[in-house]
Amino acid sequence: MVSGLINENPTVYERKERRVRTDSTNTDEFSVEPIDQLEIFDHIRDIRDPEHPYSLEQLKVLTEDSVEVDDHKSYVRVTFTPTVEHCSMATIIGLSVRVKLMRSLPPRYKIDIRVAPGSHATEAALNKQLNDKERVAAALENPNLVEMVDECLSPSFE
Amino acid sequence: MAALNNLTEHLEAFVDVTRSPTHHAESLKAIATSLEKGVLSINQLVVEMDMYLTTTDDVVRARGSILLLAEMLDYLKSKPLDNAVVHSLIGFFTAKLAEWRSVRGALSGCLALIKRKGVAGVVTAVDAEAVAKSMAQSIQVQSLALYDRKLCFELLECLLEQYPEAMINLGDLMVYATCEAIDGEKDPPCLMIAFHVVELLARLFPSPSGPVASEASDLFEFISCYFPLHYTHTKGDEASIPREDLSRGLSLAISSTPFFEPYAIPLLLEKLSASLPVAKVDSLKCLKDCAVNYGVSRMKKHYKDLWPALKDALYASTKTDLSFGLESLTSPGFEMGEIHREAVNLLQRLVKQDISFLGLVVEDIRVNMVFDTISRYLRYEEMLDTSKLEVLVVSQILSVSARSSVESCNIIFETFFSRLMNTLGIVEKTSPGDLVHNENSTVSTRLYHGGLHLCIELLTASKDLIPSSEECTSTPESAQQSWCSIVNRFSASLIEAFTSAVQSSNDDCSADAYLGVKGLLAMGMFRGGSSPVSRSEFEKILTTLTSIIAANSAKTVKWELALKALVCMGSFIDRYSESEKAMSYMAIVVENLVSLVRSSHCSLPHPMILEATSEVCSTMPTYVEKMVEGFEEAFCSSFSDFCVSLGPMTLDRKVFTIVSVSISNKQGIESFLISNYYLENTCQVNGNFKSIENCSQLLECVTNKLLPRLTEIDGLEKSLVNFAISMWNQIESSIVFSYDFNGREFVEAAMKTMGEIVGVASVDSQNSIIQKAYNVISSSTLPAMESIPLTVAALEGLQRNLSTRDELILSLFASVIIGASPKASIPDVKSLVDLFLVSFLKGYIRAAQALGSMINKLVTGSGGTNISTDCSLEEACDIIFHESDSSKTICGSETFLGKICLGFCGSLDLQTRAITGLAWIGKGLLMRGDKRVNEIALVLMECLKSTNSSGNALHPSAMKHAADAFLTLMSDSEVCLNRKFHAVIRPLYKQRFFSITVPILESLIVNSQTPLSRTMLHVALAHVVSNVPVTVILDNTKKLLSVILEGLSVLSVDSVHKETLFSLLLVLSGTLTDIKGQQSVSDNAHRIIECLVKLTSYPHLMVVRETAIQCLATLLELPHGRIYPFRREVLQAVTKALDDPKRRVREEAIKCRQAWTSISSRSTPF
Repeated sequence: MVSGLINENPTVYERKERRVRTDSTNTDEFSVEPIDQLEIFDHIRDIRDPEHPYSLEQLKVLTEDSVEVDDHKSYVRVTFTPTVEHCSMATIIGLSVRVKLMRSLPPRYKIDIRVAPGSHATEAALNKQLNDKERVAAALENPNLVEMVDECLSPSFE
Repeated sequence: MAALNNLTEHLEAFVDVTRSPTHHAESLKAIATSLEKGVLSINQLVVEMDMYLTTTDDVVRARGSILLLAEMLDYLKSKPLDNAVVHSLIGFFTAKLAEWRSVRGALSGCLALIKRKGVAGVVTAVDAEAVAKSMAQSIQVQSLALYDRKLCFELLECLLEQYPEAMINLGDLMVYATCEAIDGEKDPPCLMIAFHVVELLARLFPSPSGPVASEASDLFEFISCYFPLHYTHTKGDEASIPREDLSRGLSLAISSTPFFEPYAIPLLLEKLSASLPVAKVDSLKCLKDCAVNYGVSRMKKHYKDLWPALKDALYASTKTDLSFGLESLTSPGFEMGEIHREAVNLLQRLVKQDISFLGLVVEDIRVNMVFDTISRYLRYEEMLDTSKLEVLVVSQILSVSARSSVESCNIIFETFFSRLMNTLGIVEKTSPGDLVHNENSTVSTRLYHGGLHLCIELLTASKDLIPSSEECTSTPESAQQSWCSIVNRFSASLIEAFTSAVQSSNDDCSADAYLGVKGLLAMGMFRGGSSPVSRSEFEKILTTLTSIIAANSAKTVKWELALKALVCMGSFIDRYSESEKAMSYMAIVVENLVSLVRSSHCSLPHPMILEATSEVCSTMPTYVEKMVEGFEEAFCSSFSDFCVSLGPMTLDRKVFTIVSVSISNKQGIESFLISNYYLENTCQVNGNFKSIENCSQLLECVTNKLLPRLTEIDGLEKSLVNFAISMWNQIESSIVFSYDFNGREFVEAAMKTMGEIVGVASVDSQNSIIQKAYNVISSSTLPAMESIPLTVAALEGLQRNLSTRDELILSLFASVIIGASPKASIPDVKSLVDLFLVSFLKGYIRAAQALGSMINKLVTGSGGTNISTDCSLEEACDIIFHESDSSKTICGSETFLGKICLGFCGSLDLQTRAITGLAWIGKGLLMRGDKRVNEIALVLMECLKSTNSSGNALHPSAMKHAADAFLTLMSDSEVCLNRKFHAVIRPLYKQRFFSITVPILESLIVNSQTPLSRTMLHVALAHVVSNVPVTVILDNTKKLLSVILEGLSVLSVDSVHKETLFSLLLVLSGTLTDIKGQQSVSDNAHRIIECLVKLTSYPHLMVVRETAIQCLATLLELPHGRIYPFRREVLQAVTKALDDPKRRVREEAIKCRQAWTSISSRSTPF
């Protein structure tokens, strides 16, 4: 077990301005506002990094472009980029993003969480782990893990 | 003796360190009160305290005795004491200053005594001297604690302020003591006082051979080390002094004496060149203070260093983006940072103080270079950033210097203005009155933006120097004002140049237009008789600007700039009451614009003319008068465009005779109305849609632009009343209207304007408008309506609608009545009541509103003796409710109106109109707190039952109207019966109505027979409940909750009721969180949750879903045990809401879901 931080000195980027929806003038009661990229990004941008007091957006683990969504097909894919290649926190990050989306999106959605290609040493294993229903469920049975995930998610619910 | 016994007790308490501070304060207060009341004398106290004062226990001695005595004296500030007592006390404290253990008590004692004011027995100068000496010799200020240090400084300050002579005697000693005390001080509150002490010292010893002069270098060293002030601990110390105040104190201390000059100025200049912005600002501020206090001769030595430093500061703090926008027309046009502002202040101060400083400015190479820069670029945006900077800074430097004094202005203009004019190619007048005006000279004008900017800055700066007219007479015009004559020589060409700049501008580039207009504005703002711009030139400026406004056909930047410039000039003329210029302004600007309004046939769109006119004319009362006159005329001419105007004497008389002849039988009226109708439709009228549109726009302009400014503009009320009367005149003289296209809009606008004018007018003016309106109405065909008998047959028989003219007259008259105050006298009320009654039964809602207003404001029969109305409230009600047989006044279902409402007679149309009308009448009665409203409410509730008393089913439409009547009754109306229209409003009327109707409605709901009736009853109840103040609901939550919940589920069935549903839901959400409703909410949790869960999927209104979800989230505040069972149900509903089509609902759903999930255990993480 490494006692120090995995990435001791991460680069912190500026938070992007929250884009204000311009279609608030849209007064049509019955028009549909589909779930889009920005909305999903808004859900997950404030998730905190497991080892730093910064949000995933500030560390550029997630960007708006890392979200792909198709509302009709009920499909969303989030590709995140760990700050260092051997980051063992990547699973926690992936799990947090998944849990947050499961809590925020309607049940019809299929959620796909991926590590950006080439950004992690054990990319394939990680992808497999994050998208395996059984393993995710099992992970969330673990009270320590759930506590950790909840900790990371708490700023995103404010 | 009892007092003494207590005293010992209190003394013990105060001396005991182990007791709490509140205990100490209490005992202190007790002793102080007895001293103040005279039960105890100071001598007695001292004798009693003997033991404490002399004990060998340091703590007890310091605390108990000396501090107690000191604090006591602080309490007794205003109690007269014997001089001997004061003397012995101060002697005691002075001696105690030497003893470090009791220094706090001694200091506060001295301070309390020194602070004493004249009548209460004061310390003598000799004693004060002794205090100062003892303090200087025996106290090491910096070795004391913070509070004691502060006391020391306060004592010093007090001594210097109150005993200056004694302190002068001490001389050097005081200065040394101060130096020693300040050395190393770091606490802001102490420093604040310390700086003031330095200032006081400097004031006490002004002589060059005095102690301050000889110790200046040391003293300055101690205070200068704080400059520039920097707080190391900014947070967490709120009580502390703000940086600005302390920095101000330091600046005053540094500038307090000229002896600091050799040390201060070099230091400040050094700090000015630092890169820290705070240091720059502080040094500039401080330099300004120094310039004021040190005097010209001392400052002069530093000019050589000061000027470059100042210049650099200006260059470094100026940004190059010059704005050409509307908002910067009256401001410098670029952002001014704090450094910049202070630098400008300093420059102005220096030039004002010593004209020789200007020499440096004038000879500066950079300043002189600017003319080359100017002539290199034509357009501002083409310039390099460095050149832009040059131009802006130099303009700033020159204009600030020019603004400083007349003398400096002369020098600047003499040195630079002709050069600038040469560069711009502007030629001067050769002889007065005659200018070189060959075509070539104007062509050669080169409109360099930079040069224009500089020129405008100079002109703007100089205009403030013209003395106002009174001063002008005392100082004869002399060579002193040479700048004036320079400007005068160029004025004609300058105006021409600016004009051509405006005219050559196109829409892509606003810079030309901006500079041109700004230049013209600068030229137009010279005030007084000695203005360098002659009257004809001033008029030329006005003409140019006016023509820009008149010529444009769309709202361009140029147009807006010109308008703003004109408004500026108008208010400038008003402010300085320039009568001559006002005349020119009137003749050129106002009259032209007003005539544009009148003509209505010009390229400029009508709303733009109206905007321009109203903006320009509101600058001065006389213009307003003129404008309203113009509006009147414009209204009349447009109005006559779309209606046939016949002299009031010709046709009206005829019509009136026809009416009076035919009034005897109903048939006659009928035939008359028909003939009128035909006349209208067959007559060839050149109906002009454009002019009717103009008319509505004009009226809108009056309502929206003029009426809100009524309080700002004197005389506006009178003009508007005249306007209203001339509207009536115009209507009176026109007999047939042809409008159908934009007619509604026009009538609406006219009604609004008329109502508002009457609303703001005084009672006398109201009376005259009412009288006029009444005359018009009585000469129309409307009086015929009054005599129509109130029988169903007669009303049903009256098929034909009113003619458009009568409709207009009726609507306007109704507006007048609505706006009238209760004090205004309305003639012939009885027949008017009849008229309105018939007309609202014919479907004119405005008439119902007028009737409601009238009922609201009429005096009651018994009390009203002084009012000249011929009809009391009782009589009016008699007429309305139309009973002849019964002696007592009732207005329930037995009346004619009630019968119509309940559908006993008449058509459905008649029924719904009667219901609506009844609601307005009821509102009038309700607001004045009249009992009759109860019976009206009963009738309306009767209408909500499925069948009436005779067993006939009520029509759904009638029921709907009856339900909506409750909204009319309870809600605040915009159009009538509000404060603006002088309604009589009894406090708590809504509450009263609530308490009367809600129980009945509730019982009706329980007994309702059909679903429709049930729904309608719920709608009515929702209207009542959602319009009553929320506190009433909270008091009745227990009773109301179940019926509200039922209402929510009933109303959610049909999308028609979505708005009502929403307001009811808001009522519910208000009760959820309040402490008063908590118990009943908790009891009904299951029903509330069930209801809200249903509403989360309400398809017709997004806000309903959103609010329902929010309510669910707030329910979590209920006890855990109450809500936990519903977790699954709520989560299911909210999860469904995650897929809502609207984003806002989804967001709420996520929050709510998270909140509800977190009350459960970890078993369901998602």
